[in-house]
Amino acid sequence: MSPQRGRAERTQDMGEQRQATFSVWRGDHQTGKFVDYKTTVSEGMVVLDAIHQIQAESASDLACRWNCKAGKCGSCSAEINGKPRLMCMTRLDVLDMTQPVTVEPMRSFPSIRDLVTDVSWNFKVKKRIKPFKPRKPDAEDGTWRMYQADVERVQEFRKCIECFLCQDVCHVLREHHKHDEFAGPRHFVYQAALEMHPLDVEERLGQVKGENAIGYCNITKCCTKVCPEHIAITDNAIIPLKERVNDEFYDPITKLFRMFRARPKADRKD
Amino acid sequence: MGTPQCITHEHQVLIIGAGGAGLRAAIEAASTGVNVGVVCKSLLGKAHTVMAEGGMAASMGNVDDRDNWRVHFADTMRGGQYLNNWRMAEIHARQAGDRVRELEAWGAIFDRTRDGKILQRNFGGHKYPRLAHVGDRTGLEMIRTLQDHGIHQGIEFYMEFTVLEILMDGDRVAGAVGYDREKGRFHLWKAPAIVLATGGIGRAFKITSNSWEYTGDGHALAYRAGAELKDMEFVQFHPTGMVWPPSVRGILVTEGVRGEGGVLRNSQGRRFMFDDIPDLYKNQTASDPEEGWRYVIGDKDAQRPPELLTRDHVARCIVREIREGRGSPHGGVYLDIAWIKEKMRNSEAHIRKKLPSMYHQFKQLAGVDITKDAMEVGPTTHYAMGGVNVDGQTQMSTVKGLFACGEVAAGLHGANRLGGNSLSDLVVFGKLAGEHAVEWARAHPNPTIDNSQVQSICRAALEPLERSGGESPYEVQATLQDMMQDKVGIVRKESEMAEAIDGIASLRKKAACASVPGNIEYNPGWHTAVDLHNLLVVSEAVARCALDRKESRGAHFRDDYPAKDEAHASHNTIVYRGADGAMVVERREITAMPTELSDIIKEMG
Repeated sequence: MSPQRGRAERTQDMGEQRQATFSVWRGDHQTGKFVDYKTTVSEGMVVLDAIHQIQAESASDLACRWNCKAGKCGSCSAEINGKPRLMCMTRLDVLDMTQPVTVEPMRSFPSIRDLVTDVSWNFKVKKRIKPFKPRKPDAEDGTWRMYQADVERVQEFRKCIECFLCQDVCHVLREHHKHDEFAGPRHFVYQAALEMHPLDVEERLGQVKGENAIGYCNITKCCTKVCPEHIAITDNAIIPLKERVNDEFYDPITKLFRMFRARPKADRKD
Repeated sequence: MGTPQCITHEHQVLIIGAGGAGLRAAIEAASTGVNVGVVCKSLLGKAHTVMAEGGMAASMGNVDDRDNWRVHFADTMRGGQYLNNWRMAEIHARQAGDRVRELEAWGAIFDRTRDGKILQRNFGGHKYPRLAHVGDRTGLEMIRTLQDHGIHQGIEFYMEFTVLEILMDGDRVAGAVGYDREKGRFHLWKAPAIVLATGGIGRAFKITSNSWEYTGDGHALAYRAGAELKDMEFVQFHPTGMVWPPSVRGILVTEGVRGEGGVLRNSQGRRFMFDDIPDLYKNQTASDPEEGWRYVIGDKDAQRPPELLTRDHVARCIVREIREGRGSPHGGVYLDIAWIKEKMRNSEAHIRKKLPSMYHQFKQLAGVDITKDAMEVGPTTHYAMGGVNVDGQTQMSTVKGLFACGEVAAGLHGANRLGGNSLSDLVVFGKLAGEHAVEWARAHPNPTIDNSQVQSICRAALEPLERSGGESPYEVQATLQDMMQDKVGIVRKESEMAEAIDGIASLRKKAACASVPGNIEYNPGWHTAVDLHNLLVVSEAVARCALDRKESRGAHFRDDYPAKDEAHASHNTIVYRGADGAMVVERREITAMPTELSDIIKEMG
């Protein structure tokens, strides 16, 4: 939680420096307000550096989450000038530094303090999704064979760093607060990764349609736009899942076929 | 002052840390039906394992069938300059393959060979392509797999909690005391067995690839509980961290770049790694760039390029180039993967496919397109080979009921860790620690908690909030990091280390009167003040061990003793807290290897 790189007093080898203002949300789960902090910024700095400097210089109790500082852990999600972004990957030179830069917590989640939000809902949703269940091993030594071409699509989904920016921006959650009924884009990516995993034999489409309510998504692609891992959430995860749900539950031929099917799909696959 | 309230929990096995080692230990322990709790400083899935890039070493022989556990064992021992715990090196080499395959059974998807097996890549110090990987985000694949599997095993997770102290019942552990970040409430965990899986100590240094969490908590908790630490002088400085712009200094650039053919050049354009090849590796290293490239593309008759020598050596060569005035403008050297366009037509797509996060990291943070231009890189504090002294088989420390696995444990890596041996370390020894912790807990239930011990720990933790006008913990931490970087860093000498030891003593006094504003709810200033005590313990241990080893070996380089010395060839350095509270340094002879293992070393040259 401490400031590590780019402290203001270390001016040698820092390149060009100038003053900038950051308007940072300070508050708890009840109230809060934007507070302006001035700090010195230099070449190559990201928003998280500025937050660390502010912690060291003038607000040691300014709460924020961060870990890797390299866009790999997905901890430092926030809304910067109103846009959901990772603070560690947002360079100041892509922002208008003539105006104060606003930094506030993700608004779709309850506030804990300052930039930290309660994201525990995401962990609960994930836990209710049926876990990975592999088919029997392909080889006698207990291993499987999978081909690169067959795993590439799933590998795209597995790049997800669980920053929850997609959840933050999704209007079903943000505007309509359907947290009790809808799993959100992150968990459709997760379910798509499981459903399209070459080894997986679990039946999950009932969950995707029912308790996770994929039908609420009307494909506005807001989630895809904010994904720092550039996962094509809507096109590659959500739409194919919607198609699978349609095939499984609404397609008349499948329906007819199911009438004659003796056993549920999960058993059949085994 | 009133009595701080403590929320009490009870577990048979308590695991501290939720990276690869902690999660694997928890899964193992839970599989036996015992009640398991995991305390972690961050949210689940954010631990430092997530940053591991290159891969996970296991001699599965999927790419080169000459590989087997004996070669992996010999490589690990050679890389560690034979100071390794040979039993751990053996267990690790034998079991790593099973642990990789187990991850696949839990849903991990590694990159594939043409015949559909797990693909393995080249890495420094490994004789054959051995690293199971997923592009350059292997750590994410591993932690997510363990997390997604682990949440269904009935384990209790305490996210964003920090442990302050281990509680003792006589000479055995009884539990732990800590606080939750959100509300600042104190918690007591009763547990007959505790597994430390807290990772490393990188935050003791200014330039590091490690996150804020890496404050040596497990090392210090074990030390204060009376356990021994071992080999603390061996801190790995990864040769390639980013150097520019300043805000990204230290962020890791995976060794996978060199595994895929990346070369190191100085400001004169010279591939300086060919200039100094250590005797131990002479017959394993390419004689010219052409042979090096043939190795990269899988020619089994070729030897590996000198960029894939061990990390300690590569880091020192880089420092030499910089010191002698042949560095890049921002104090690094050049790492070039773009040059492979001379060798392959679709090089840009190939680089983006093999090193996607490096591509984005440089593009986004440094404005460099690595498919077209060279990267500027320099050494960064990366990994602690040293740690809690554990039994090679059970992973129990010298304190009864206290186990350690992963980076916080010492032994597997000796004087220098090979890339890729860390991820496999986590799961091999995480599993063993979990297994043996259960065994201990079942045989030794119901330790007694000393409530006065609990109260004094909580009161001490609150002191920085109750003082005013004291030192800023950020300042103390920054001073310590600067000092460790300058005086106990990659090149060391006696006078400077002695100064550092004095400096640590005076910083300890400052830390003891640090004060922070605000309240106990999610207050990073307070957390920094609390963590400082751990950072000071590990810093002192590193400095004292480094001072005692009057030679250069592996990651430990002394300007005043630049050569290896036989007198230091067969002992580990141990530190523990003496009866008077002062740190005691002791040299301990390494027991001789059984012949079946020493024969492997002889045979592999």
